Amino acid sequence: MTRVRIAGLAVGALLLAAATLIALSFQRPGVVDWSPEEIAAIRSLWIGSLEPLAPDPSNAYADDPAAAALGQALFFDTRLSANGKVACATCHLPDRSFQDGLPLARGIGQTDRRTMTVIGAAYSPWLFWDGRKDSLWSQALGPLESAVEHGGDRAFYVHLIATNYSADYEAIFGPLPELALVPLHAGPVADAKLSEAWAGLTATDQDAINRVFANMGKAIAAYERLLLPGPTRFDRYAEAVLTNDATAAASLLNADEVAGLRLFVGQAECIKCHNGPLFTNNDFHNTGVPAVVGQAPDPGRANGVAQVVADPFNCLGNYSDAEETACAELKYMVTDGPELAGQFRPPSLRGVAERAPYMHAGQMADLETVLEHYTAAPPAAIGLSELEPLGLTTIQQGQLIAFLRTVSEP
Amino acid sequence: MKRRLLALAGAGVVVLGLAAGAVFLGPTVLRPMMMGNVAAPTGLDMASSRLTEAGLFWVSYTPEQDPIRINQIDSWILHIETADGAPVTTADIGVDGGMPQHGHGLPTRPAVAENLGGGDYRVEGIKFQMPGWWEVRFTITADGSSDVITFNLVLS
Repeated sequence: MTRVRIAGLAVGALLLAAATLIALSFQRPGVVDWSPEEIAAIRSLWIGSLEPLAPDPSNAYADDPAAAALGQALFFDTRLSANGKVACATCHLPDRSFQDGLPLARGIGQTDRRTMTVIGAAYSPWLFWDGRKDSLWSQALGPLESAVEHGGDRAFYVHLIATNYSADYEAIFGPLPELALVPLHAGPVADAKLSEAWAGLTATDQDAINRVFANMGKAIAAYERLLLPGPTRFDRYAEAVLTNDATAAASLLNADEVAGLRLFVGQAECIKCHNGPLFTNNDFHNTGVPAVVGQAPDPGRANGVAQVVADPFNCLGNYSDAEETACAELKYMVTDGPELAGQFRPPSLRGVAERAPYMHAGQMADLETVLEHYTAAPPAAIGLSELEPLGLTTIQQGQLIAFLRTVSEP
Repeated sequence: MKRRLLALAGAGVVVLGLAAGAVFLGPTVLRPMMMGNVAAPTGLDMASSRLTEAGLFWVSYTPEQDPIRINQIDSWILHIETADGAPVTTADIGVDGGMPQHGHGLPTRPAVAENLGGGDYRVEGIKFQMPGWWEVRFTITADGSSDVITFNLVLS
């Protein structure tokens, strides 16, 4: 072999190596072609970024296992209703991600909002679509006295605790009050007779009943704090990206799902609101979701702020265990302004593919409709929509949906 | 012949270099505008200790959380001095801010909760609920004079 030939072969080999490297750089399976900003966003969404649930200063029993056991019993007890048929679990079904799959929740009657999942709710400073409650325990009390949900009243519930749960209750919260003079039904509810009966009670009796009622909420909250999201296929992909394991990454998300994730953290601007490991900022946003056909637009947060301020079971109230300094969310919330109209809390997107229909009144039957809505960004029925048209193609919408399914599969 | 060979070898090295460049830099070079969320402008003053707009006060902030995380309500200690270094102990302080690129304000209404003395003030209720560029603006009034400082933060 001549020197020329050897040198020629060497150059050829170099060129081949270069060509291979170039080809590889365009074919890598999804790990190295994430930008540092995108990797930071993926890390922020990863369930490993979810911090341990912080204590709830407003609920001294929040992490008491005995309270959680009582709360679990209450959560599934249909006696906690006017007709003996409605429990928390009637709408928050354990085998359906603690929601019901209906556009509007059905208890004694029909509500005007969609049931929200309980999973991960303990992380939110605000509860319900409009944030009219500021703790998990206070939230649990709302449906119990709603005429269309459990349909009961607090005197009835306190008698029910005394009859059926007195030993468990007293072991956790101390002695139940004397109830001999308390009518079987009384509460500050919509029913005029019941609210008159409530008004007829002494302040001491009202306070004693309120305290037991609040403790029921605190027990239910202790149980609900145990309902946390688990890792999904997306989370395993995120781990592969963060450890730069290209092989694992390629086996976990396909090209469409990766493209959907790229849109999710980028062009589609989903992480403006659906950010952090729970895929929600638990704040309030107007996304121009249309009103339910035949109904007036829902003011959402604009009504929720007044309700949470007036609520005797809020963080600053007599039944909260928190110091005033631990109530910053309530003390410093936005209480007025045109931006509150039509705002709702973005739900977590973990498990979203299993939770049709969508939006605060289940207005949208499937994720395709949701993506069309965000792409078109129509004007709001009430207030001002924060959306701007995204210009997503049908293919891109499909890629986003493909990605959302990866956050919904274990 | 030798010169031709050298030229070929040189070309090979250049191609190899380009390939390596494509592998290691390609993703960022090819996709500079990756984030659909508008990138924060370059050259923002990110300092946490700055002179107010008209030069009346030096203002510094120290968040309770380090680093600042989105969706977590926080308190900041604000320290105010005159331009020549004397603590300002009787300031009235207004707080606002928002995301200039999104056209919205802060998700909360932060306020001074306590004058700690020595020019220190505790500002409570500060929260950011989105990644991106945020402004937090303090309007400081002391001894009949007012001035404004706007701090920049870029959160991920």
